[in-house]
Amino acid sequence: MKATRGIDYSSPIGDEVAHTTCYMCACRCGIKVHLKDSQLRYIEGNRDHPVNRGVLCAKGSAGIMNVLSPARLRKPLKRVGERGAGEFEEIEWEEALSIITERLANIRATDAKRFVFFTGRDQSQSLTGYFAQMFGSLNFAAHGGFCTVNMAAAGLYSVGGAFWEFGEPDWDYAKIFLLIGVAEDHDSNPIKLGLGKLKERGAKIIAVNPVRTGYGAIADEFIGITPGTDGLFVLALVHCLLDSGQIDTEFLVRYTNAHYLVIDAPGTAEHGLFARDESGAPLCLDRADGALKPASTIGADPVLLGSVTLLDGRAACPAFAILAERYLTPDCAPEAVAARCGIPAETIRRVAAELAEVAFNQPVTLNVPWTDTSGRRHETMQGRPVAMHAMRGISAHSNGFQTCRAIHMLQMLLGAVDTPGSWRYKSPYPKPIPAGPPPCGKTHLENGALAGSPLGFPRGPEDLLVDEAGEALRLDRAFSWDAPLGVHGLMHMAIAEAHAQDRYPIDTLMIYMANVAWNSAMNPGDAMRLLTDKNPDGSYRIPFFILADAFFSETVPYADIVLPDTTYLERYDCISLLDRPIGSAHGPADAIRIPVLKPDRDVRPFQDVLIDLAGRLKLPNFADAEGKPLYSSYADYMVRHQRKPGVGPLAGFRGADGDAIGKGEVNPDQLDRYIANGSFWRHHLPEDQLYYKHANQAYLQTAKAMGLIDCDTQITLQIYSETLQKFRLAAQGHGAHQPPERLRARLEKVMDPLPIWYEPVEATMVSREEYPLHALTQRPMAMYHSWGSQNAWLRQILSENRLYLNHETAAALGIADEDWVVVESRNGALTCQARLMEGVNPNTVWTWNAIGKRSGAWTLDKQAPEAERGFLLNHIISEYLPPDANGHRASNSDPITGQAAWFDLTVRVRKATDAEAGATFPHHEPLRAPFRVENPEHLQFGAKLETR
Amino acid sequence: MTSLPQPAPNAKKLGLVIDLDTCVGCHACAVNCKEWNTGGHSAPLPDHQPYGEEPDGVWFNRIHSFEAGCGSSSKTVNFPRSCLHCENPQCVTVCPTGASYKREEDGIVLVNADICIGCKLCSWACPYGAREFDELAGVMKKCTLCIDRIYNETLPEAEREPACVATCPSRARHFGDFNDPESKVSKLVAARGGVDLMPELGYKPVNKYLPPRKASIPTKPQEQGGGTGNALLRLLDKVLSR
Repeated sequence: MKATRGIDYSSPIGDEVAHTTCYMCACRCGIKVHLKDSQLRYIEGNRDHPVNRGVLCAKGSAGIMNVLSPARLRKPLKRVGERGAGEFEEIEWEEALSIITERLANIRATDAKRFVFFTGRDQSQSLTGYFAQMFGSLNFAAHGGFCTVNMAAAGLYSVGGAFWEFGEPDWDYAKIFLLIGVAEDHDSNPIKLGLGKLKERGAKIIAVNPVRTGYGAIADEFIGITPGTDGLFVLALVHCLLDSGQIDTEFLVRYTNAHYLVIDAPGTAEHGLFARDESGAPLCLDRADGALKPASTIGADPVLLGSVTLLDGRAACPAFAILAERYLTPDCAPEAVAARCGIPAETIRRVAAELAEVAFNQPVTLNVPWTDTSGRRHETMQGRPVAMHAMRGISAHSNGFQTCRAIHMLQMLLGAVDTPGSWRYKSPYPKPIPAGPPPCGKTHLENGALAGSPLGFPRGPEDLLVDEAGEALRLDRAFSWDAPLGVHGLMHMAIAEAHAQDRYPIDTLMIYMANVAWNSAMNPGDAMRLLTDKNPDGSYRIPFFILADAFFSETVPYADIVLPDTTYLERYDCISLLDRPIGSAHGPADAIRIPVLKPDRDVRPFQDVLIDLAGRLKLPNFADAEGKPLYSSYADYMVRHQRKPGVGPLAGFRGADGDAIGKGEVNPDQLDRYIANGSFWRHHLPEDQLYYKHANQAYLQTAKAMGLIDCDTQITLQIYSETLQKFRLAAQGHGAHQPPERLRARLEKVMDPLPIWYEPVEATMVSREEYPLHALTQRPMAMYHSWGSQNAWLRQILSENRLYLNHETAAALGIADEDWVVVESRNGALTCQARLMEGVNPNTVWTWNAIGKRSGAWTLDKQAPEAERGFLLNHIISEYLPPDANGHRASNSDPITGQAAWFDLTVRVRKATDAEAGATFPHHEPLRAPFRVENPEHLQFGAKLETR
Repeated sequence: MTSLPQPAPNAKKLGLVIDLDTCVGCHACAVNCKEWNTGGHSAPLPDHQPYGEEPDGVWFNRIHSFEAGCGSSSKTVNFPRSCLHCENPQCVTVCPTGASYKREEDGIVLVNADICIGCKLCSWACPYGAREFDELAGVMKKCTLCIDRIYNETLPEAEREPACVATCPSRARHFGDFNDPESKVSKLVAARGGVDLMPELGYKPVNKYLPPRKASIPTKPQEQGGGTGNALLRLLDKVLSR
């Protein structure tokens, strides 16, 4: 093509291109960053990358504006005024690190748990958690406690995988897709790519969500469920399938524990546990010969209903019999739950019929022979093409763990786990149940470190981190009777509990990448108050607060020391199989970030800083016997650290020649090999390992050889959770490990070995007459899981939010579009503007989350729409429930996992008076950045590149 | 006023197909378009008050999400809007200087910034709101169909497509030659009933939109045991083999 009228057809995009990993949200997509004259020109998706296959979302494409944001911190800061006043002096890194080293060394020498370390949207948890472990503090967690721990814990304790990070729908073969409680979130590009594939094939998409936006908008059917009732809906589907006999019994007996015999001896310490033989193997009853035998016996025809007499004379019945009896009751019928769910009974019955039709009359058969863990060869892979995905709308309720268990039960009954067309594990999952060792924190090794990771997987009450009185050892009460399966910790309680000093006083709180005084707090107003509260002697009640972040967020003014982080294009990072991998159903994968740009300010990657601190503190495995640091940087650690022999942060290109995968000795050239491969590694599983991974002999052997799992025996799916029953027995008074009296009744109720539904906890303590509406938040797609509504491009898409109400609801309240309204909850009131819509459950109001900014934060103009017309619903949520009869305030969380229950909120809405209208409330004092702000009047990004 | 060219023999008719059945309204196309084009042929795409009270800027592609209908029959539609590269573009014919033009070889509508006087007549003439004025440069800008990508010899063949198409996460956007009945875009339009926007105006837009559709799964009514589990009992009678 000849150039005409100044059109340039032959200029390359830039003069340099680097492959790295996006960090504009949690998806970890592969990107190509084009530079021209060493400056950013263009970011696009990497077409070879397993996560995004070349596509890139709005956030990823706007990454340029994050990297160039005027809100970037420039230099370490030391507070010189009062907390919250925003008065800082810039200090050198050496001074900052010396202050912190001295303080932490003293804590470690005296009482290590007084160092509290919470990381937000941290993608380096295998390092940050290891730092806490080597430091010797059990008070570590990332942000999962207010994000998705209900999904992770319920999945890992039920099927050995989980929605989102540890599993995905089979986009290539699914014929019906149930998307439950997913608005625009978790995850971004992979779901969109998947929805596109489903649409191309004409598969049916059913969205179950109170709000119809985003993914729900293109669903073939939208079911506008009432918040918090998803469990009722799912159990009603289970009722229909059981009642019509449309379940996959062969799948149940081969791959789940449905046929395990459960001891029926009420009042005894073994009631509800599995009947076992002398070797401890769970038993079943074989119908072929009427004999009790190990439930794993190949070829047995196990009884699924009725009662059995055990050899010791006690009664027992198959787990499935308890299940069938429970969900066949009229209480679970669609007609019984329709009104509460806001879904007509006939809709529930039809959806059940559609699931059954697809599962049983339209199976997918792949002509791929495979061998199961029993050594049985199968000539084909047959699948139930019913796929499901669930997320925030389940997770953020206090009944979310059990609701998520109900969804996994539905999958198991349909035989739709890791089969063609169903939901599939993302390798390195499945993992055995539970997925890892129990949490550590009770004792220290001689070198001061904890014996293992502070986060782990309790197998029963004996693994809880509690004192003699049964009260929590951890500050956030994870792994105590308050949150027995709090496998991600309770970040939302960190500041409140650090202030309350209910367990013990802390010394230093270190926060990385979390806006804990704003949208990462359930109750920002209170968080600000607690961070600035003082003891009678004038000292701060939370003595020392270190914050590491790249931007001037609302939390910066509350820190004593601020460690400025780099942006994601200025650092090394690793997306490790040791914490949050990017594997897919097609095989395990991991990735790195590489520095594409050199920072133009005095900032350092937080992971480098942490490794520096670990060396200065001479922490085990970060310093050698002489106390010399072992690692010079994070990049060095990524290559040379070994968690177990041959297992390090990166699984690819290991061994002397770089050909070992998973396990292998350290390869000094490993990063170069990653870079040459587009900054990621993946292993393609052969086709006979792509499905039935929980019982696929070849897959499990491969996974073991690669170090992904320790054992290659079948992973039996736990439709009945004996682990939960152990906790329930304790609550009933059995065993040596007993809960505090105040928690006994609630634990007995919620620690049910089979999925249950209960009212969201807050709803039982707050008057529904007074607060009749549910209030939710969603994150807009262009900002989901992102840090950037200060982003110059993204804020042009959305810079202010509204409270959305159903037309009918609004009409009854006399509210019109754009009216100012007051939203009141038990925790307070806020003022904002309303917008009316059709696609929202009439009992629900909602808004976009984290659009509201505190005036002056993120170096936005003080009158920015984010501050004037944006608002946070968080201001009327609380991290605590109302006090009980004894004045005790429990955490506003799922009682099993400690997941922040911020979707349990109920409110009332009224039209604002003239005096109240005009600006959003609450409106906090404007913040002043700790550096000179020079916001440009215009941006002409790209112009200078053009003229050069 | 500017006249339209006679299409050359064997001319292409390049444009987009946008699938409203698949578009989730995520703005990926809009931002990647902005990112590409702000350093591309029409660079820059300026932003005003980027950190201020009224953030605003030049975008060649904008997404509107709206609800159509009431109650249970209502529908949320995500609607991306950009230049449709009309066959009969009045934005070209109203141009007093010839700056706005339609290419004879492929039908792409462009603006020659060197001779644009910024009179904005074209933006008044365009019923689709596709024109974007750069106030700092005083010239009109618009979607170029990524002319500096689709013919860019330095890009691998597979990447020679508009940025919005390359980046679309749900693959709701397609690019091709509507004069070729065998092209993907022509086939999609034929198979899915692709439509023109506001055809009554007679501008003959090249870009086509695919309407939303609904998949359904016919079923027989399920047996209702009324909670007796009779059907379940029959099922469980069958011999199993673990």
